Amino acid sequence: MPQDYLTLGMFVIVGLLFTAAAVTASNLLSPSAPSAAKSATYECGSKPIGLPWVQFRVGYYVYALLFLAFDIETVFLFPWALAFGLMGMEVLWAMTIFVIILDIGLVYAWKEGAFEWR
Amino acid sequence: MSPELASLLRILAAVGLMLMNGVILIYMLRRVLGRLHQRLGPVHVGPQGLLQTPMDVLKLLTKEDITPTNVDKALYFIAPAAVFTPSLMAYAAIPFSPTWMVTDLDTGLLYTLVVMSLVSMGLLMAGWASANKWSLIGGMRSVGQHIAYEIPLLLSVLPVVMYVGTLNLSSIVEAQSGTWLGILPQWFITNPLFWPAFIIFIVSALIKVNQTPFDMSEAESELVAGFATEYSSMKFGLFFLSEFSNSFIVSALAVTLFFGGWTLPFVPDEVLAPIAPVVFMLKVYVGIFVLMWIRGTLPRVRMDHLMQFAWKILIPAVLTWILVFGFIIKLFDLGRPVG
Repeated sequence: MPQDYLTLGMFVIVGLLFTAAAVTASNLLSPSAPSAAKSATYECGSKPIGLPWVQFRVGYYVYALLFLAFDIETVFLFPWALAFGLMGMEVLWAMTIFVIILDIGLVYAWKEGAFEWR
Repeated sequence: MSPELASLLRILAAVGLMLMNGVILIYMLRRVLGRLHQRLGPVHVGPQGLLQTPMDVLKLLTKEDITPTNVDKALYFIAPAAVFTPSLMAYAAIPFSPTWMVTDLDTGLLYTLVVMSLVSMGLLMAGWASANKWSLIGGMRSVGQHIAYEIPLLLSVLPVVMYVGTLNLSSIVEAQSGTWLGILPQWFITNPLFWPAFIIFIVSALIKVNQTPFDMSEAESELVAGFATEYSSMKFGLFFLSEFSNSFIVSALAVTLFFGGWTLPFVPDEVLAPIAPVVFMLKVYVGIFVLMWIRGTLPRVRMDHLMQFAWKILIPAVLTWILVFGFIIKLFDLGRPVG
């Protein structure tokens, strides 16, 4: 088992090295003639007004919060599903109750209009 | 040969496979989309246009690498690596045959889904670092759709896990060998109990591929090229490669989970053993063809519809289905744990 995780670590290193090698190779092979117009921000030819790092719509943030809640539910569901075959009916009832509690949260967010895109 | 060297060679083989896939899939995509649009696609460079993609790779390699002045330098350079590395890592647990895989991870299924979701972080990084409004909108959309469809994707594989009681991908494949009454292969797709899970899996997995109808983060007719607008030369090539690699991984996961991986019905094991990787690759390429077919057929959906579909329909549906599936399995005692 430790061998497996060593392999995954090697994967990360190979991936990073490959990216570096590909970009370096292309930089060695390609011409370089920078100019002010070329390295300006591309906005279809018009001059960009201000930086794009502005405040962003809050809708994404609400989705991100909901995502956290449900992702943690997924974390609970995976070991449950793994052990599902070994256990009796009671684990199923327990999970049903758990899912219902979470669904109340989903219904609440729905009623509050978290899913409307305005 | 030391185990470290063996793993390194396997990883390099995965890199080679990823590059080959990229070249073949780009050619295939152009030809398939050409047919779907009633035009020819590339035909002039080489026989049947076969040399078009290698030439394009050369072109990409020798193009000038433009770094705009306003970008956040560090993030701008890390982003291609942050997108490429996870897509490469997704090859680690895919079983191409009983013996051909990089590592036989016991958590293979969960691992593959996790590294696939890391890609969207790199896309947001690229969008933010580019200092371009199109890029930022593309990056935000990418994260929005990935986190919305992450949950149905993770949950849609749970019926398979509940049925076989393991996350090890090669065990899941082995659980699908054999036939029903000697007629149908015992793949999960031939079992109606798995159809709802399969439909939800395919819809949410399409999001991971970043293709029409769900290419919100690129949306070339709305956002120029989305997160990749300010990237040129090989950095753009790496984004592209990662995208094509993701469609391979998604198709490979679908084949592994629902279409029996490298197994074939009615073929004895000793005949199957040498051709298992070929069988697997053929199945995966059929899956990719279907993905391209969807891409060439459906129009792009609207962002708010996309998000609402995930939260209002898919997530409640998949949660309900997991419980219903559990009750059916328990009441009729259908599970087949392998571990």
